[in-house]
Amino acid sequence: MAKQRDENQVSSLRRAKHGWIGTILFSVLSAAWLYPVYLVGINAFKKKAFITREPFRLPDARSFFGIRNFVNGVEKTDFFSAAKNSVIITVGSVAVILLCTSMCAWYLTRVHDRVSAAIYTLCLFSMIVPFQMVMFPLSKLANLMRLGSPVGIIPVYLGFGAGLAVFMFCGFVKSIPLEIEEAAMIDGCTPLQTFFWVVFPIMKPTTITVAILQAMWIWNDYLLPYLVLDLKKYKTIPIVIQYLKGGYGAVDWGTMMAMLVLAIVPVIVFYASCQRYIIRGVVAGAVKG
Amino acid sequence: MEKAIRKQFFIFVLPTLIAFTAGFLLPFLMGIGLSFCRFTTVTDAVFTGLGNYRKIFSDATFVHALWYTALFTIVSVITINVAAFTIAMLLTKGIRGTNLFRTVFFMPNLIGGIVLGYIWQILLNGVLERFGKTLTYSSAYGFFGLVILMNWQQTGYMMMIYIAGIQNIPDELIEAAKMDGAPAGTLLTNVIIPMVMPSVTICTFLTLTNSFKLFDQNLALTAGEPSNRSQMLALNIFETFYARTGWEGAGQAKAVVFFLIVAAIALVQNRFTKSREVQQ
Repeated sequence: MAKQRDENQVSSLRRAKHGWIGTILFSVLSAAWLYPVYLVGINAFKKKAFITREPFRLPDARSFFGIRNFVNGVEKTDFFSAAKNSVIITVGSVAVILLCTSMCAWYLTRVHDRVSAAIYTLCLFSMIVPFQMVMFPLSKLANLMRLGSPVGIIPVYLGFGAGLAVFMFCGFVKSIPLEIEEAAMIDGCTPLQTFFWVVFPIMKPTTITVAILQAMWIWNDYLLPYLVLDLKKYKTIPIVIQYLKGGYGAVDWGTMMAMLVLAIVPVIVFYASCQRYIIRGVVAGAVKG
Repeated sequence: MEKAIRKQFFIFVLPTLIAFTAGFLLPFLMGIGLSFCRFTTVTDAVFTGLGNYRKIFSDATFVHALWYTALFTIVSVITINVAAFTIAMLLTKGIRGTNLFRTVFFMPNLIGGIVLGYIWQILLNGVLERFGKTLTYSSAYGFFGLVILMNWQQTGYMMMIYIAGIQNIPDELIEAAKMDGAPAGTLLTNVIIPMVMPSVTICTFLTLTNSFKLFDQNLALTAGEPSNRSQMLALNIFETFYARTGWEGAGQAKAVVFFLIVAAIALVQNRFTKSREVQQ
């Protein structure tokens, strides 16, 4: 592992000469970067006619609509039940993926035989296959197996997310010294006990990384739940937003803006509360993947 | 120890293996098989040989989507990486507020594609309206709209990877170059860029595959309008399956071609990475 330098401790060699110019420049750029989110925020409180006519203007006495866009939108889309489904699917799938693939990865790394090698190779292979390749047969199979509910979709996510998760866990298990596990086994631990008492706690950093990568993917995923879920009963947040668009171009931009706000707020809260883990996890995932 | 673990195959491996087989392996193999068949659902397939493949290359929307996607991928890979590297260079110089700026730039990466599409639709249509145009006026507007959107989403992510690469360059190396009187430009091209090559490879790979496989953003921003001219490959495949009856086989054949292109990109890139790693 390379030594981690704290980002604020930059050696004098690299320090910019006129740092304050940079601070001003980047303050402006950061404000511009946040502007699209701000724009959605202000328009969520305007009457729909004013959103497309004057999108850049703040709500005023004529255009202000209070929270009625939110009330209408939540009613029309049944937003909170969609949010509930999104939470069940994301939390359930991530938990199942972490448990199953970490166990699988430990086995694949510790047992050296052809079966292990074949499964590992298939996992690597699955990472380069785009979803469109399996989309149609997968959705038909899922229908045949009646997996169209938020709980039913969890094994589908396990199957499709297994490749990356197994690969990342295997990479970590290889770095764990064998002696620790051997000592546990000699002291009378069964393989299951060894795994849960010794190996799983050591894997914590990789577990966090995998959890964040999978959670971001599953939370934002549109196509898989759209094809697999029974849409008359269950929708997720991305699906209700896409449904707002409806048929031929007739979008109610008022409710759309309000629902976008409701979709973004949890993500930003999540980001603000565990920013450090998210950035580290995503970068680590990229470097290994 | 290995023997004891091997006995537990059913507990450790089987759950993942079953889900992996049902959720990936079986659909993948069926997908290959079905691309040579005529079918409306997976149980009524009739073998038709290469018919589907012949059909898709005479389908103008597919050929257009292929070129459109390729062009989009090239433009966005270049713009995203140049922007991300430039920002990463500036944000490793100890500027006051660096942590806050990095946090802000990374944020859009967490927002999902569908949501992103509608955010940018309201913003870009608001701007274009002053010129009496909309995003769906011609495919060029949709193209640059998507490029801007992807830059906003991905720049912060790639910036983080570049920052990690730049911070790993030893101080001694930069000091030595400066002592030898290397001007800033030479320092950049002869020291910094060669040292961050691994990051460059990762970022090009990620932006390449992300752009090529783009779906949600395309669907939400323009949905392929006007008349499929801003439709990318993934969306074209989706519409072939679900919006054109009798084209399911062709859709699957398109998906196989799509897979082969993505796999080729991944393999070429992987070989490239390995050759770089040897040099270091």
